[in-house]
Amino acid sequence: MTEPLHRALGLTDDEFGLIRSTLGREPNRDELAMYGAMWSEHCSYKSSKIHLRSLPTEGPRLLVGPGQDAGAVDVGGGLAAVFKMESHSHPSAIEPYQGAATGVGGIVRDVVAMGARPVAILDPLRFGPLSDERNRWLFEGVVAGIGGYGNCIGVPTVGGELQFAGPHSANPTVNVMCVGVAPVDRLVTSTRQVHEGSVLVLFGAATGRDGIGGVSVLASRTLEDGAEETRPSVQIGDPFAEKLLIEASLELVERGVLEGLQDLGGAGITCAVSESAARAGLGAELDLDAVPLREPGLEPFEILTSESQERMLAIVPPGRLDEVRAVCARWGLPAVVVGRLVAGGTLRVRAGAATVAEVPARSLADEAPEFARPREAPPGQEDLVNDDPTFATVTTSPEDAFVSLLSSPNVAGKRWVWEQYDSIVQGGTVRGPGGDAALVRIEGTLRALALSSDGKGRFGLLDPYLGAAHAVAESARNVACTGATPIAITNCLNFGNPERPEVMWQFAESVRGIGDACRAFETPVTGGNVSFYNESGDSAIWPTAMIGMLGVIEDYRLAVPQAFGPGSMIYLAGETFAELGGSEFGEAVVGIVGGRPPALDLDRERSLHRLLVDAADAGLLESAHDCAEGGLAVTLAESAIAGGTGFAVSIPGDEPSHIGLFAESASRAVVSVDPARAGELEDTASELEVPLTRLGETGGPRIVFDGVFEMTVDEARAIHENAIPVLLAG
Amino acid sequence: MSPLPRIGVVTFPGSLDDLDALRAVAFMGGEGVALWHAERDLRGVDAVILPGGFSYGDYLRCGAIARFAPVMDEVGAFAASGGPVIGICNGFQVLCESGLLPGALVRNRQLRFVCRWVDVRVETSVSPLTGDLVAGEVLRMPVKHGEGRFVAADEQLDRIEGEGLVVFRYCGEDGALGDEYNPNGASNAIAGVRNEAGNVVGLMPHPEHAVDPDVGATGGQPLFASLLSSALARVGP
Repeated sequence: MTEPLHRALGLTDDEFGLIRSTLGREPNRDELAMYGAMWSEHCSYKSSKIHLRSLPTEGPRLLVGPGQDAGAVDVGGGLAAVFKMESHSHPSAIEPYQGAATGVGGIVRDVVAMGARPVAILDPLRFGPLSDERNRWLFEGVVAGIGGYGNCIGVPTVGGELQFAGPHSANPTVNVMCVGVAPVDRLVTSTRQVHEGSVLVLFGAATGRDGIGGVSVLASRTLEDGAEETRPSVQIGDPFAEKLLIEASLELVERGVLEGLQDLGGAGITCAVSESAARAGLGAELDLDAVPLREPGLEPFEILTSESQERMLAIVPPGRLDEVRAVCARWGLPAVVVGRLVAGGTLRVRAGAATVAEVPARSLADEAPEFARPREAPPGQEDLVNDDPTFATVTTSPEDAFVSLLSSPNVAGKRWVWEQYDSIVQGGTVRGPGGDAALVRIEGTLRALALSSDGKGRFGLLDPYLGAAHAVAESARNVACTGATPIAITNCLNFGNPERPEVMWQFAESVRGIGDACRAFETPVTGGNVSFYNESGDSAIWPTAMIGMLGVIEDYRLAVPQAFGPGSMIYLAGETFAELGGSEFGEAVVGIVGGRPPALDLDRERSLHRLLVDAADAGLLESAHDCAEGGLAVTLAESAIAGGTGFAVSIPGDEPSHIGLFAESASRAVVSVDPARAGELEDTASELEVPLTRLGETGGPRIVFDGVFEMTVDEARAIHENAIPVLLAG
Repeated sequence: MSPLPRIGVVTFPGSLDDLDALRAVAFMGGEGVALWHAERDLRGVDAVILPGGFSYGDYLRCGAIARFAPVMDEVGAFAASGGPVIGICNGFQVLCESGLLPGALVRNRQLRFVCRWVDVRVETSVSPLTGDLVAGEVLRMPVKHGEGRFVAADEQLDRIEGEGLVVFRYCGEDGALGDEYNPNGASNAIAGVRNEAGNVVGLMPHPEHAVDPDVGATGGQPLFASLLSSALARVGP
């Protein structure tokens, strides 16, 4: 017996029943396809919603919270920063170049749909180990795809993050974040007045068969054997069309001719039209015959759910239609009226003489079922963290361990990646890739946005609550290291199959961790994306809450570099404890992914951020760099490599040296200061109750850990920079 | 008070560094004038910049479609009359495709896009970008391209070298040449060339991204200063 249609479209029997009772009749094939797309996990957040509601989403700077194309915060001077992160992991696992490329295109359109000019892209990525040839293919393809698309649309790729772990082999994690800037009064938010009778104008690329079932087939199921056959569900990107779409959209916004603007992403025109209508409390008429097609003979359900890229939907008062057409024509983009908003709440779709679908817009957009899925810690979760966190029996010499860490792909320099991205177009990149946070200035001001993306998968595996909270803390610390104040986050939550109670437990714990950390730092959640079903067979990815932090520095000329210069005193701000659980040292040197991740005291963490920002404001800091993977030793080495300046330090405390050098205790940063101003720094730290320990001083061509080991900066740089190119050479 | 030199910057569909070029002109004290690909009108400018980007998507060959844009007829006539014309990155590719400059730009040797700060050595002061400079000066600027490897047939390359048409070469901080400084495998480390008349110049590095000290090195400043002087010379005293 063949599978019933609704199941083939990803709908459960219960959901099918719900649709039947909503309509009061049997849904037809086209209607089922629309529900299949809109009620997919990817579009409806049906498993995650009840948890996401617990997140803090308010703050004095917040302008637009979750639920719209992207979030927005007030960054001063009448301007808003608009930002959002999204996953394109599933398509990238099937076709890495196009999967990653269209991920960039989609998130950029989300920002444009808010009326903002995109000013920065960041790409946090996870792959399996590079020793595997297929992982190398995925990695090289994804990086080329991000560059191939991002470089052609004139938006700088200024940062990201890259880690490697076994469980990401079958399921790479490809997240993309875009940040835009718009005058506050020009934001295209859902609070705009949208009127009955306004017309729906589809502009941009023609609609084809690519990407049909993208949300329901790819993004809302696990990838099993034969996944390659779903390749036609991967969309194909055209960055040139996207560039024109950006310019045309922003010109329309600037002229004030739009009531609404929506990008066509997951679930295509069905999503754009039903959400537009539902938000306005209206219905809509949609004429499929008007939709420009790339090839003849598309079925209605194909047009309705196609995820062809580089398309936007504008809501236009009839009187401004000519203007909209003229702007689109100037940019060479087809623009056609495909329907209009009507009273009554019904979305009616016509094709030829027939009405092919007639459903309440709201039921598609807002009334997917919500699940409180069962959750339970995986068996053996306690055993994972019960390993000795101090790794007392380690016999590797500190120098050998240091070299292993510096060349571990997680720690090693990522230049091979970011040199393939245009990080300087638009002329606003004050600080590009390779540091703690990127700085992008706001044109015509001294203000800059500070941007960082962070995820802590290994910590997340061992303790998902802590892993997610650490990710928020680290992203805020990265932003604060530049001297900027953390303002708000977006996020992308990457997990396995939510139908498994242990995955749902990981998810719920992670959301709780994000919520607690964001409340403590007063950095509300402006939106985000959930990516489930990142697993194959029984192997899920590490639970990875990817955090995109946005901060603001009022005068970017006061931004603090990461690099050491000569003649400074080096301090550790914060404290090191015997915490090697879940560390890079554990995995890269000892071969253990275990132990309890470092404790996180959110108040102490916040005090450190205050110290970094206050000291930067006062011009006290010559450098600052966050302590994370690889611990204090790696942090010091990275500042030395960045500045071409060595140092001599003694590691404080009477613990075995591998703890002082490599523990990954939270809430720490390495700062350097002009000796003449060291007293001021000490005073500021003591007022904020941040422990400050003098480690040594900068200068010379060598990095010297007193009484432990030393090497030249050039040697360290070679180890750090060559690691990834060498691995890629196979 | 002498009038400001007016520097036109052409926007093709897919141009990306057009606003950056306009911003750099203004930063250096000139008046930037936006020009549109579909208009046969240079608006009376004193010099023209074809900016970086991916004109028309560059799906065929970089710059291959842009050369047919209506504005390019005017640019060609302006160049023929001795007007200063500068092609940066994609603009350089357009000038080569148009036959206004010798040689061609092909896929980088490493087959990957490269975005990096490089040093370039000035090879001649005979060009509107280098009129105020002397050969041997080293300037720091970024490159960002996937197809920036300058090539020419052997005979043509000999002629380019023999007639002193090379304007810039990739080099080390001290001006020394070496393969490690060549970001794309360009023949003879060529980063920029001029035409025989000396009024048309193309270069792969981006001087427009190297004028504002707040966002990096300033090797582009003397190039824009020279361009403004040569444009001013056309305005007359």
